[in-house]
Amino acid sequence: MSDTIKLTYNISAEDFTRAGEASSDVKSKLKKMGISPDAVRKVSIAMYEGEINMVIHADGGKIDVEISPKDITMILADKGPGIKDIEQAMQAGFSTAPDKVRSLGFGAGMGLPNMKKYSDDMKIETEIGVGTTVTMKVNF
Amino acid sequence: MSENEFVNSVRLDSNKCMGCINCIKRCPTQAIRVRNGKAQIIKEFCIDCGECIRICPHHAKLATYDPLVVLNKYEYTVALPAPSLYGQFNNLDDVNIILRALIKLGFNDVYEVSKAAEEVSELSRRYIQEHPEKRPFISSACPSVVRLIQVRFPNLIEHLLPIAAPIEVAAAAARKKAMEKTGLPAEEIGIVFISPCPAKKTATKRPLGTSKSEVDAVVAIKEVYPPLISFMKETVDETEEYTESGKIGVSWGGSGGEAGGLLTDSYLAADGIENVIRVLEDLEDEKFSDLDFIELNACSGGCVGGVLTVENPYVAKTKLKRLRKYLPVSCNHLGDKECSESYWDDGIEYLPVFRLGSDINESFAKMAKVEELCAKFPGLDCGSCGAPTCKALAEDIVRGDAKERDCVHFLREYIHKLSDEFSMLDSRE
Repeated sequence: MSDTIKLTYNISAEDFTRAGEASSDVKSKLKKMGISPDAVRKVSIAMYEGEINMVIHADGGKIDVEISPKDITMILADKGPGIKDIEQAMQAGFSTAPDKVRSLGFGAGMGLPNMKKYSDDMKIETEIGVGTTVTMKVNF
Repeated sequence: MSENEFVNSVRLDSNKCMGCINCIKRCPTQAIRVRNGKAQIIKEFCIDCGECIRICPHHAKLATYDPLVVLNKYEYTVALPAPSLYGQFNNLDDVNIILRALIKLGFNDVYEVSKAAEEVSELSRRYIQEHPEKRPFISSACPSVVRLIQVRFPNLIEHLLPIAAPIEVAAAAARKKAMEKTGLPAEEIGIVFISPCPAKKTATKRPLGTSKSEVDAVVAIKEVYPPLISFMKETVDETEEYTESGKIGVSWGGSGGEAGGLLTDSYLAADGIENVIRVLEDLEDEKFSDLDFIELNACSGGCVGGVLTVENPYVAKTKLKRLRKYLPVSCNHLGDKECSESYWDDGIEYLPVFRLGSDINESFAKMAKVEELCAKFPGLDCGSCGAPTCKALAEDIVRGDAKERDCVHFLREYIHKLSDEFSMLDSRE
């Protein structure tokens, strides 16, 4: 048996109603593994925000999840437009979303800040026109 | 974990069970397996929602409740009619007709659950206002929903409204009133709930939030319905007044009624167990903000949709609407009453029944094995193995409750392999 459980999710941007399926699958697995409710909540929210971001901004992408008995690592990779100014994007409330998206209840500018808040470690690699890879880790 | 923690209100009539897969597919918590040709309920997974009772085409799933003869056990009995009972009859414009018929049926007195519901509504309004930090509050009146949260949504337990369900408030008040009136000791008084749902039976045996239940027996609306109809013909012209309920109390019988009684727009009301689960998942992921209250009912339409009712839930809801039209908003007011006895006196602890192993390392190893098995299974979720999905079978296997060859596709391949080996042996000779 390997030391970690590896899961891969392809995030399609075609159907918005499917956004959140990957994070809810991970959530249900973590609960069955007896991970503390608090850690499950952190993973679930951080990953959901990331998943939604990929759908809204990057035309989808891929999430690799690696779970060990001690922690979980989520690598969210997309081939989207990249983030121009990471520092600005990390500010709570900053959003590039047009009013129309905001009126639907999205684009409140809390995506990245929430991902940072709920993960114990977060790393962003981004290149304009090439894509963004966010790596988040949550300790159990 | 004591044995008592896992009682439920669904039984199987194994003579009628054909071992088909209807119930295993419909169960929202995947609590049923077909083993040895018969359905089996995994008690700790069951939340008493009644879906299997609704779906079983062979009527092999039976709800547990008390027979009407339970009345004979007590010196003095009080009927506690659920508000949903009022929605079962055609052209009813006066609740007193039903209440008088309940007396004719053999009860010594009636105490409306809708009366207690109005007090619970007022108490909830008070509590929500005094504890804004715990918003959004989740309704705790539906025992299936509370049970579901207890086993599956540990992060939401703290949001449950810690106030006893109207039935418990009614039961306590009814017993007190009966004791004062008759001078009888508590145990000689039978408090009998006329219930739309079997989950309330479980809730009286194993209360959640309150340490003990004041309800002595739970009888089904569908059992009292036929005799009640004939007595109602007699009581229609009588004049005794029993009802003390307004719009708020009667509305508790349908989805949205409890929330309506909170006099706020900041609420969400969901009904039907699958919808309830979806709301809880989203709530857990903090997808809603700015809500005061979340009303959840396991049955479609609310309590009128319970499996022990007679009328179509949506028709019943319409009838309740008609009935309450000329009622005052509320007939019960707390005033300065403290009502400390109406709050929960017992905490609800997370029961991680779906956990695969007894500690993280064991659970982790089992989850890894589940993933491995899922990759081997065809992913058709055909149910032929007796589990609702391939994943559920994989989990059963790692728990030691099933084996790989329970999968017919797996078995077929295994047989192919064996026969290939035989033919190879054969050709060698």
